[in-house]
Amino acid sequence: MMTDIIPLLPVMIPLLAGIVMLFTGRHNIFLHRVISAAAGLFLVIVSIFTIIYIANNGMVVTHIGNWQAPYGISMVIDMLAALLLFGTALVTFTVVVYSFQSIGVARERFFYYPMVMFMITGVNGAFITGDIFNMFVFFEVFLLASYVLITIGGKKIQLQEGFKYYLVNVISSNFFVLAVAYLYVSVGSLNMADIHQKLSAFEGDTAILTLIAVVMLFVFATKAGLFPFYFWLPDSYFAPPLPIMALFGALLTKVGVYAIARTYSLFFIDNIGFTHQMLLFLAILTIIMGSIGALAYTDMKKIIIYNILIAIGVITAGYAMMDESGTIGATYYLIHDIIIKAGLFFLIGFIIYRTGESDITKLGGLIKIHPVTGWTFFIAALGIAGVPPFSGFYGKLFITESLIDNGHLIAAVIVLLSSLVVLYSVMHIFISVFWGESMDFTKLKPISYDKLLFSSFIMIAMVIILGFGADILYPIFESAAQSLYDPASYSGYLLEVE
Amino acid sequence: MEILVIVLAGILIGASVYLMLSKSLLRIIIGTGVLSHGILLMLLTMGGLKRGGIPVLDDSVQSYTDPLPQAMLLTVIVITFALTAYMLVIAIRVYKELGTDNVEEMKGVPRDDD
Repeated sequence: MMTDIIPLLPVMIPLLAGIVMLFTGRHNIFLHRVISAAAGLFLVIVSIFTIIYIANNGMVVTHIGNWQAPYGISMVIDMLAALLLFGTALVTFTVVVYSFQSIGVARERFFYYPMVMFMITGVNGAFITGDIFNMFVFFEVFLLASYVLITIGGKKIQLQEGFKYYLVNVISSNFFVLAVAYLYVSVGSLNMADIHQKLSAFEGDTAILTLIAVVMLFVFATKAGLFPFYFWLPDSYFAPPLPIMALFGALLTKVGVYAIARTYSLFFIDNIGFTHQMLLFLAILTIIMGSIGALAYTDMKKIIIYNILIAIGVITAGYAMMDESGTIGATYYLIHDIIIKAGLFFLIGFIIYRTGESDITKLGGLIKIHPVTGWTFFIAALGIAGVPPFSGFYGKLFITESLIDNGHLIAAVIVLLSSLVVLYSVMHIFISVFWGESMDFTKLKPISYDKLLFSSFIMIAMVIILGFGADILYPIFESAAQSLYDPASYSGYLLEVE
Repeated sequence: MEILVIVLAGILIGASVYLMLSKSLLRIIIGTGVLSHGILLMLLTMGGLKRGGIPVLDDSVQSYTDPLPQAMLLTVIVITFALTAYMLVIAIRVYKELGTDNVEEMKGVPRDDD
């Protein structure tokens, strides 16, 4: 039997595109643009096809090199991974198109597009791998590409913050290796499904797993930006130019959250009273800290960056419950947040590139010149705050329901109050930038911006589709959440192997 | 034997924490290198150090050393090598652009000259 390579396409497409671009040399920017946009579009098509295939046939498993699980590395695409692949593909395509008019020729010459593609290789790989050490390797792949992306262009702030970003991530990656080593010595396997089966069959003392849970949480909380390990996030994400910021904000933190959800559903099932309680506690503190930051700043970039923290907290709170409605809500909110964060970054990027200013106190009255963009921003603001019928609402509904069902009333209230903070902070941008006293319109930069708006509109359209189609899409999200609240359905593929 | 190596890993990690808490860029990078050495020693020790023969399929061998941690260790060494190399380059750029290798002075939003 040959190894089935079709499920590997989400990893292979960006990798091949990146390598081909490296060989075409750095002066042929047009070719780079065409290849990367084509790869992005191809990824979107593949991921939609994957979702449809999985909805009909169940999850796809590939054993690399035909080494049977649990001995070889397995690539497992369940519905959760497929949905995240779709979000990643959409963000990739739109960020690449957005970059045509915003990133600047100098950066494009220095292999910006190949680095984006290599980062997507790692992100997609981390989503589909079924092996914990392989996940570490894919983490390193996208982190290495992200170190390049955060410093590309060599501005002073990029170098300064890039170094801190590197340091924080290197330390947490080293601890990832340590956690994998502990896990391997206690369980004797690296395949995530196999670890789950071994642990659920194990009767003895599992105290060591609580220790591993804490080490893993340290690792993934640092990547995801959970309290108290989010300290690097607002400064580091502030440094690079906007398309890169959108890419990081939409994807990188979500990989951390995905890893938390995966490991906490599969491995740490014995001492839920401690591990998941800790997760909920950190999630709530993250929401509070993010809210304080979002209210404190008048810089648009900072406001949206702190909104990332709030969203991370809300999603993690849903996953900390690990029951049906909690995971459905969190999965829905995860996909929603990938799309809306990218869309919001695109929109404020448009404003920043058009006006050359990112402080909202210096802007105003833009609705006279850009009415369509203004109202799109308004829809995005409603969407991110979770006003029905836009997509943020359903995720928060399920998460809050699950929190109340499990008796965490304070957490539920904080999640709901955070929606108000989000609504206030984003509406604050809308009101000051698009309404209010008109700024000096002669200072606007004469840039071409049709591709900037194209990317933004795609994302906001997706938010509307996701919101109005929530009823139709519900079965998809339910089957995605099933591999979290019922991990036996995820690890079931091992039974077919033997 | 294992206990000894674990203590050694602890000493290495302690030294790396000291190095990473210093203010010089170069010392911090050396600190990350030492940290990864400590962690890799732990990883190696996790497989058991000297438990018998080499891990080659042979019916006469009853107990053998677990090869998997060693394979993982090689992967991590390669990754750490790439990271350290890239970061040394960035450290040179940071030193040239910001004019300092003292992390105390790397605060706030520096202005570009252009």
